[in-house]
Amino acid sequence: MTTVTSTQNARAGDGGSLLLTLMKLRTFIALFAVIAFFSVFAPNFLSTANLILMSKHVALNAFLAMGMTFVIITGGIDLSVGSIVGLCGMVAGGLILYGIDLQIGYTMYFNIFEVAAITLLVGIAIGAVNGLLITKLNVAPFIATLGTLYVARGLALLSSGGQTFPNLQGNPDLGTTGFAFLGSGRILGLPVSVWILVIVALAAAYIAKYTPIGRQIFAVGGNERAARMSGIKVDRVKMFVYMFSGFCAAIVGIVISSELMASHPATGNSFELNAIAAAVLGGTSMSGGRGTIGGTIIGAFVIGILSDGLVMMGVSSFWQMVIKGIVIIVAVVVDQAQRRLQQRVALMQLAKKD
Amino acid sequence: MAEIDEGDIILKLDDVTKVYSGIVAVKHANLSLRRGAVNVLVGENGAGKSTLMRMIAGVEKPSLGRILLEGKEVEFNSPADAQKHGIGMVFQELNLFGNLSVAENIFATREIIRGIRGIDHKAQVEKANHFLDKLDAGISAETMVEDLPIGQQQLVEIAKAISLDTRILILDEPTSALSAAEVDILFKVIGELKAQGVAIVYISHRLEELMRIGDYITVLRDGQITGQAMVKDIDTKWIVRSMIGSDAKDFAKSVDHKLGAEAFRAEEISLPRKTGGLAVDHLSISVRAGEVLGIYGLMGAGRSEFFECVIGQHPHSTGKVFVAGKEIVARDTPTRIKRGLALIPEDRQREGLVQVLSIAANLTLASLEKLTRFGFHIRGDREQGAIRDAIRDLSIKAPNPDFDVTSMSGGNQQKVVIGKALMTNPKVLLMDEPSRGIDVGAKADVFRTMRRLAGEGLAILFSTSDLEEVMALSDRIAVMSNGRITKIFDRAEATEELIVQAASEGHKSTREIA
Repeated sequence: MTTVTSTQNARAGDGGSLLLTLMKLRTFIALFAVIAFFSVFAPNFLSTANLILMSKHVALNAFLAMGMTFVIITGGIDLSVGSIVGLCGMVAGGLILYGIDLQIGYTMYFNIFEVAAITLLVGIAIGAVNGLLITKLNVAPFIATLGTLYVARGLALLSSGGQTFPNLQGNPDLGTTGFAFLGSGRILGLPVSVWILVIVALAAAYIAKYTPIGRQIFAVGGNERAARMSGIKVDRVKMFVYMFSGFCAAIVGIVISSELMASHPATGNSFELNAIAAAVLGGTSMSGGRGTIGGTIIGAFVIGILSDGLVMMGVSSFWQMVIKGIVIIVAVVVDQAQRRLQQRVALMQLAKKD
Repeated sequence: MAEIDEGDIILKLDDVTKVYSGIVAVKHANLSLRRGAVNVLVGENGAGKSTLMRMIAGVEKPSLGRILLEGKEVEFNSPADAQKHGIGMVFQELNLFGNLSVAENIFATREIIRGIRGIDHKAQVEKANHFLDKLDAGISAETMVEDLPIGQQQLVEIAKAISLDTRILILDEPTSALSAAEVDILFKVIGELKAQGVAIVYISHRLEELMRIGDYITVLRDGQITGQAMVKDIDTKWIVRSMIGSDAKDFAKSVDHKLGAEAFRAEEISLPRKTGGLAVDHLSISVRAGEVLGIYGLMGAGRSEFFECVIGQHPHSTGKVFVAGKEIVARDTPTRIKRGLALIPEDRQREGLVQVLSIAANLTLASLEKLTRFGFHIRGDREQGAIRDAIRDLSIKAPNPDFDVTSMSGGNQQKVVIGKALMTNPKVLLMDEPSRGIDVGAKADVFRTMRRLAGEGLAILFSTSDLEEVMALSDRIAVMSNGRITKIFDRAEATEELIVQAASEGHKSTREIA
């Protein structure tokens, strides 16, 4: 969130015109607009219970959208996140229920911290596969992650034969209890998943702004050739963003199965599209090089509040889809208009100078 | 100077200006094109010739000013628009579809259609062959374009332009990849078109060609027109004078300082070309600390490729690179930069800058590791300090380092690229056309910086296609042609004639073979 405000301050200085400023603040304006609209028209919208429920919904998409933001900034795309959510949920559920059969008459069980760690590693590993396909084998990101989308979903279904892993309470004798904490636990009144979101978001914003890898992510997306010429290890940067995206997806997989206390292999279907929508709404440019974690979080809130608010108003889910689509398109159109306006202002100033 | 015969003017540019992000490419230019004549345009790289023509061909729109076609103001929104008005252009970079046949390329967007039965391929091939025969190209219209060597692709591009039946035909460096025999044929075709009343615009660096076929000549320098005359009234000296300008460039005085030990050595560097042959041909060279080595060569001599091999951008290249006597075995760019090499690439926009990042972020891009604490946290104070130093040392005119890098002029952008390279603390600096596309003041700054760095003990290799520049700045001059160094001169013994002669050596021999 720090990143979004600081870049906007830096840019506000040179633009000047009111229109440009309004356009730059469009995600904020959209957020306030949806909040204001639903507080008036949706009953109970502002109740604490509803706000907490919505923040839990938003958090799920926000995790994926953050990972997606880094990927898109490098000029790529990650379609596999929804499937990673499903697979990681199954991994967590399977480990709690059945452990790992060591084939020698013993079965190893893990406590929930170990389960979470292993699940996160699985997510990172799938991200690493994406990264390797894209960097070493030169597969286009769209195709590579489309492939892993199918593979991960297939593995999730295979793990249980398409069945749900139910009742993940765990067994006190085996030390596998306590899984529910992640999904339905509260700290200081806020859901645990929201706290995790805050931590991961701060870390991601820190990476983007204050670390060499963060700067390099922007450089790779802005001009990959120049980045290479500057001695940036482009392959390493790309590996990082896909692994981070896998990591974020694994978190979502754990949180969802913990909320439901069950793992279903079809979980996370088409989540990748919501994540892309949130990133784009938050000002991430699909052509790479531009985007902020703060913007993406706001984008995720706009989308989340929009869909929950429409449900509360009783709008049919079919109309919800139409409205969501229009919002995304308008966001991108405004984004393009802003860039053109900005460029024209800059060029005219330069032409006058000479 | 004799008066310029007004001739039969078909198109007029009236006070046109074109601005790109960071560069004023053309400043208040007035240009007339005459029917039935070859209108020649010359100028150094980045003088604005191509931009001027792109405006006439509808690729770019002028930022200010108007275009008058036969006295009437016109506005071209696209190349198709210009084509409708009878304007065709052969671009410097080829614009062909490699995956389509020659005939399909020639008739792209205006296919010969037989009603609902679709494209009449046979008629297209027949017609295309007719145009190709005119050029004596020896190309079958059914070949895939990507299977043709680059010279023949250029002929296809020319055939396509001729087939358009244009009133104005713009040829931007049409001979850069042609053999001598092909050039002769092209000139014959140009002669025929001229007789038919076509206005031809001819852009080239080769002065002897211009003198041979030109009627009217216009010279550009730094986006401004500096001379207009009839070719029969002038000689090459006049062209050179108008191109370079009477005001001598402000070259930094070379301060005499002792040269150190050998800082850089390349041995037997070779790089195969995609189309066969070698782009860099067993090139060996050695430079001492504090020495400035100028590499002179024409376009396509292999200078950029040599630099890219040295910095580790071509994994297929062979040969050895030594810095301060030690061989660098690793072939990747990060290691080579770490070991003391730095490259300032020729194409600033494509290879030098990340346009979406700020001036500050571009400056520190290559040396972020040096500015961190614990290996991951970028220290704001240290980064700010390094940026301030670079802006001061290189006299970068940046109102605020947090602005986008594209908000500055081309010269200042170039200084940012140089600053980025210097922040890696190199021992050897490779500069590929460091003065390309920047204004006179910035050029002087860049040259001064080069001399200062040499004085501080850096070994500098820079490439240029500007004779005056290479003569004034270098301690030694290496002339490159066709991937090889044909001659190395000491500053004292070099003359412009000798250099030009050495630069065309390799080209001649291959032409004869081809």
